Amino acid sequence: MNIVICVKYVPDATGDRHFESDNTVDRVGVDGLLSELDEYAVEQALQLKEKNEDSVVTALTVGPEDASEAIKKALQMGADKGVHVVDDAIAGSDYLATSQVLAAAITKIGEESEVDVVICGMASTDATGSVIPAMLAERLDLPQVTLGSVIESQGKEFRIKRDGDTSTEVIGATAPLVLSVTDQSGEARYPSFKGIMAAKKKPLETWSLSDIGVDAGQVGLDAAWTAVENTEERPPRTAGEVVTDEDGSGAKALVDFLASKKFI
Amino acid sequence: MSEVLVLVDHVDGKVRKPTFELLTIAKRLGEPSAVFIGDPGKSDGADGVVAAVKKYGAEKVYVVDDAQIKGYLVAPKAEALQQIAEKASPAAILIPSNAEGKEIAGRLAIKLGSGLITDAVDVQEGPVTTQSVFAGSYTVQSKITQGTPIITVKPNSAAPEESEGAGTVEEFAATISDSAKKAKIVASQPRAASGRPELTEAAIVVAGGRGTGGNFEEVEGFADSLGAAVGASRAAVDSGWKPHAFQIGQTGKVVSPQLYVANGISGAIQHRAGMQTSKTIVAVNKDEEAPIFELVDFGVVGDLHTVLPTATEEITKRKG
Ligand SMILES: Cc1cc2nc3c(=O)[nH]c(=O)nc-3n(C[C@H](O)[C@H](O)[C@H](O)COP(=O)(O)OP(=O)(O)OC[C@H]3O[C@@H](n4cnc5c(N)ncnc54)[C@H](O)[C@@H]3O)c2cc1C
Ligand SMILES: Nc1ncnc2c1ncn2[C@@H]1O[C@H](COP(=O)(O)O)[C@@H](O)[C@H]1O
Repeated sequence: MNIVICVKYVPDATGDRHFESDNTVDRVGVDGLLSELDEYAVEQALQLKEKNEDSVVTALTVGPEDASEAIKKALQMGADKGVHVVDDAIAGSDYLATSQVLAAAITKIGEESEVDVVICGMASTDATGSVIPAMLAERLDLPQVTLGSVIESQGKEFRIKRDGDTSTEVIGATAPLVLSVTDQSGEARYPSFKGIMAAKKKPLETWSLSDIGVDAGQVGLDAAWTAVENTEERPPRTAGEVVTDEDGSGAKALVDFLASKKFI
Repeated sequence: MSEVLVLVDHVDGKVRKPTFELLTIAKRLGEPSAVFIGDPGKSDGADGVVAAVKKYGAEKVYVVDDAQIKGYLVAPKAEALQQIAEKASPAAILIPSNAEGKEIAGRLAIKLGSGLITDAVDVQEGPVTTQSVFAGSYTVQSKITQGTPIITVKPNSAAPEESEGAGTVEEFAATISDSAKKAKIVASQPRAASGRPELTEAAIVVAGGRGTGGNFEEVEGFADSLGAAVGASRAAVDSGWKPHAFQIGQTGKVVSPQLYVANGISGAIQHRAGMQTSKTIVAVNKDEEAPIFELVDFGVVGDLHTVLPTATEEITKRKG
């Protein structure tokens, strides 16, 4: 099976994330890493490979120089090769442009042999849009099998469990398809020492926009379909009153507070 | 005035509250047109839906019979919306910001060649959207610069305002391509009703974490005394104490109620991402160093197993 995992390099959520003066996310001044939610996608790709002989797992990222770190992590976990699309013109791209670049890269990866499964995380931890997988399905004209918490497959037949807002559904489709998996889909493995050593020898290709046939004028901040007008740091919440419970005093103080705010 | 399309969020024809919020927002931008994709014959059917959305200002209601499309995931709905949009040339398209809504919006954006903004918490004339990002630490204002603005809007982003619209029904026969029918819904299990308010819609949310030790009774009793919805941290969900639908946070639901009460929850960044924009935050935690206390308007350092039952009793008493 030819499997492509889309992995995003994101600013560390536990660090101090902020915006640049042009209102784009600062992707350089903060520590970045492979989006934790994409580790679940890597894990499912590796499980699929273990089930299907002769599978190749390619980790694909679109992002700045440092984004190759996300690929390296995926390679350490067990992916076979990496593709990094990097081009100054991509900076500041929105969902439409990012999905266009990813789709073009997936198409190019599929030139040698057809891509059977594209696996994404449920959301990137910075944009949190959960839209790229649906957009890739639209652009590549593939079945969309997204937000799976349980993934089952038999050859090219896939079934996932999707925990929706008002119901739980089982979604079925035949590969080639686009799959996205949630953080309920099963713990992601840690890179082993062997995996870390092996990763150093795995191929990592770097592609520019012209390599994948995307016009630089269609992507990036200037061509974006949306414009951020203003970003403002929310004033930190000032800690309010904290009381220590002694023989029921805490409960009473709590109820008094709720009553004072008219919640009772 | 141009139409503004609002995709109706409903369960079997029962319209959910976010729809009324979207209609209220739509009125700021133009003439609200509701788009109902569902079974016109079921329960109250289209009549019930029309009556509901009309009350909140829908001038027009597009009714798309979903008989041909309900067995498929997302893609056909995006096609139906595309066809309506091409006919109506709306000033904007507003879609509920839930998992399905965002996916519909993503596909629609590509079909229409339009800019997309997800998870807006406010939309004003322009349209100018407000989003809350990086776990609620930043507020961002944006505009869509190309095509028909497509905006997914989070629950509780506006107070629904009643205002009678004409509610003119237009049956719309959408043409669905085979390629939109590639992902099938093989089985579907509706979630059992809890009898409590919907998590994302509730005015008060009471949540429990690992500190409950798996016993949610005290949390639920306290929630019921306040008429609140019940939520959980990921630690509680991962332990199997509550289904994933209860999870609040980055990979669960994002709630923004008037009051949020965190019980036995430490306040990790991923949890904060789902509750930080709540108006009033209260916590009960036995560790005074727990990071959740940095956020609270009021906190109790104590054991939730004693604090909550006592508080529940006191509330019941005061309510008389
Ligand atoms: C990619 C990713 C996504 C995530 N998404 C989410 C998400 O969507 N939602 C989410 O919640 N988490 C999420 N997490 C997990 C998050 O990092 C925390 O691990 C989780 O929120 C911890 O849950 P908790 O506060 O219940 O447990 P803990 O951190 O273990 O805290 C339990 C608290 O209970 C207190 N306590 C214990 N006993 C009592 C008692 N008797 N009375 C009162 N207090 C008591 C303790 O003092 C402690 O503060 C995510 C993590 C990752 C990496
Ligand atoms: N720049 C990117 N490079 C590679 N994959 C991405 C990128 N952006 C998004 N993705 C994939 O799309 C998923 C959803 O992202 P989003 O729609 O931004 O929340 C992520 O979990 C990734 O799998």
